[in-house]
Amino acid sequence: MTLLLLFNITNGLIVGAFYVLMALGLSLILNLSNVINFAHGGFLVIGGYIAYAISPYVGFWGALLLAPPLTAVIGLVVERVLIRPLYGRDPLYSLLLTFGLAFMIEDLTRFIFGPQGKPFAIPAFLAQPLSNELFFITGYRLFMVAMVFVAIALLFVLLRYTRLGIRIRAGTLDLETVAALGINVRLLRSLNFAVGIFLAGLSGVLAAGQLGLEPTMGTGLLMPSFIAIIVGGIGSLPGTLVGGLLIGVASGVTAVFFPAASEAVIYVLMAVILLTRPRGLFGEEGMMG
Amino acid sequence: MTAASSRKLIVLAAIWVVLLLAPYWMAPLGGYTALATRVLVLGLAAMSVNFLLGFTGVLSFGHAAWFGLGAYGAGLTLKYLALSTPLAVIAGMLLGGLCGAILGTLLVRRRGVYFAMVTIAFGQVFYYIAFQWSSLTGGDDGLRGFARQPLDFGLFKLDILSDANIFYYFVLVCFALVVGTMGFILRSPFGRTMIAIRENERRARFLGIPVERHIWIAFTLSCFFMGFAGALYALVNNFADPRGLHYSQSGDFVMMAVMGGMRSFWGPLLGAAVFVVLQDYLSSITVNWMSFVGLLFILVVLFFPRGLLGFFQRSKA
Repeated sequence: MTLLLLFNITNGLIVGAFYVLMALGLSLILNLSNVINFAHGGFLVIGGYIAYAISPYVGFWGALLLAPPLTAVIGLVVERVLIRPLYGRDPLYSLLLTFGLAFMIEDLTRFIFGPQGKPFAIPAFLAQPLSNELFFITGYRLFMVAMVFVAIALLFVLLRYTRLGIRIRAGTLDLETVAALGINVRLLRSLNFAVGIFLAGLSGVLAAGQLGLEPTMGTGLLMPSFIAIIVGGIGSLPGTLVGGLLIGVASGVTAVFFPAASEAVIYVLMAVILLTRPRGLFGEEGMMG
Repeated sequence: MTAASSRKLIVLAAIWVVLLLAPYWMAPLGGYTALATRVLVLGLAAMSVNFLLGFTGVLSFGHAAWFGLGAYGAGLTLKYLALSTPLAVIAGMLLGGLCGAILGTLLVRRRGVYFAMVTIAFGQVFYYIAFQWSSLTGGDDGLRGFARQPLDFGLFKLDILSDANIFYYFVLVCFALVVGTMGFILRSPFGRTMIAIRENERRARFLGIPVERHIWIAFTLSCFFMGFAGALYALVNNFADPRGLHYSQSGDFVMMAVMGGMRSFWGPLLGAAVFVVLQDYLSSITVNWMSFVGLLFILVVLFFPRGLLGFFQRSKA
C-alpha cells in the first residue's frame, strides 16, 4: 500500500511537472498581455506534429531541439497578425479569437495528418522501465521531468538576469510605466508570447513521446493548466509551479483510493482554494482579481 | 410618443411577427421548422449569457454547464420521475439555476479574465460528472430513452411530440415568457443598477451599491434562464448530451452573443440564428466545418467586434 501510494505520488509529480510546463507558458502570456490563450493546447499539438514531421530527417534529439523554436516562430506570426490588434480591448475578444484558433488548429491537423493517432518514436534506452521491482517508471518519464526542470531553470535565468526578462516582469506589474520609460512594449509582448509558445511546443514534443500524437491531445491538457494557474494564484509564476505539482499529486493520490474521481479532485482542490484563499496560493490581492 | 420610441415599437412588432410566422416562411427558404425551434432555444441561451455579459459586463465562459444541467434535469425528470413536460422544464431550470446560485457565491469576488477562467474550470466539473456518472447520465453516449409529452389542458390536448409546428409554438411561448421576464428585469431599478455596474463598477460602489450582491443576483438569474433554455433543448432533441456542458459550448454561446451584438437585447438571437444556420449548412457540405467555424470566430473578433447589430447601427449613424 505504501509502495503504491509512493508510486502514485511520484507519478503525480511527473504529470504535475508536465502541467507546469504548459501552465507557465499560459501564465506568462496571461500576466503580461491579459490574454487567456485558449489556443495554447493547439500550439502544443503543433509542436508535437512538427517534431513528428521532422524526426525522420533529424532524429528524436534534433526534433526535440528544433520543434519548440519552430513552434515559437509560428506563435510569433500569430501574435503579430491576430492577437496584436486586440490588446487594449476587452479580454473577451482575445479569448474568443484564440478559442476559434484552437478549433482551426485541431481541425487542420486532422486534415493534414489524418484523424488517427500517430506514434512518436523515442530512443530505446529511454523507453525502458528503470527498475522492475520498485517503480515501473520508464526512463522517458524521468527524462521528461528533467527537461521540465531545465526549461524552468532557463526561464528563471531569463526572467531574473536578462534585460528582456526584467522588462517582462516589470511589465507584468505595471505596463504603462514600462512603456513610459521608452521600452517597446509591442516588441516585449511579442517576445513574451513567443517564449510562452516555445514552452507549449516543448510540451508538445515531450507529450508526443509519452502519449503519441492525436489532433485532440491539446484540449485535455489545457484545463489542468488553467487550474494550476488558478490554484497557484494568477500573476505569480512560482504559484503556477506549485499549483501544477499540487494538482498532479492530488490526482495521483486520488487514483489510488477512488479512481473515478482522479480527474474531478483537481476541481475540488480549486474550489477549496477559492473558498479559503480566493486569490490563490501565491496570488496578490487586487492584482488581477 | 417620440420618433425613437415608436421606431422601437415597430422593430419589436417586426421581430415578433417574424418569429410567429417562422414555420411558414422557413420551409420555402429551404429551412425546416425544427431548425427554427433550435434557433429559438439556442437564441434564448445566448440571450441569457448576454444578460450577464452585455448588461452587467461580467464574462462567464462556463454557462454551458447550466444549460447542460437544465437539459439533464429535464431529461432525468421525464425518464425517472414524472411524464410531464412542464414539470421537466421546471426541474431543469431549478437544477441549472440552483447549482449556478451556489457556485456563484464562490465567483462573485473575481473579475475580468479571472472570472472567465474560474467559470470555465467550474463548468468543466459538471461536464466530468455527466461524463463519468454513466449509470445515471448515460456517460459519453448521452441520456436517451425519454421524450417530451403532449400537453394536457383538461379540455384539449396539444400534441407537441409529433407535430413540429405545435412544438415550435410551445417553445415560442416559453421563449416569450423568459424574454419578457428578462426585459422586465432590465427595465427595473435592479436592471439599471446592473448597467451602472457594467459602466463603472467603482462609481457604483461609491454610490453605496452592494456590487457583489448585485453581480451574484444577476449571475443567478442568468443561470436560471440558462437552465430553462437547456431544459427546452432536451425537449427539442429528446436527448441530453455531455458535450452540451462542455466549455466549447459556452464558447459558442458567447460567440452568438458577440456576433449578434452584445449591447443590444435582441442581438444574441440574431447571432444564434446566423450561427446555427451556418453550422447546419457547413456541416452538411464539408467535414472540415470546424475550421470554418474557427475562422468565423477570428473574423468576427477582428472585423465585427460590435456584432451585426452594432455594425448596422454604426454604419447608419
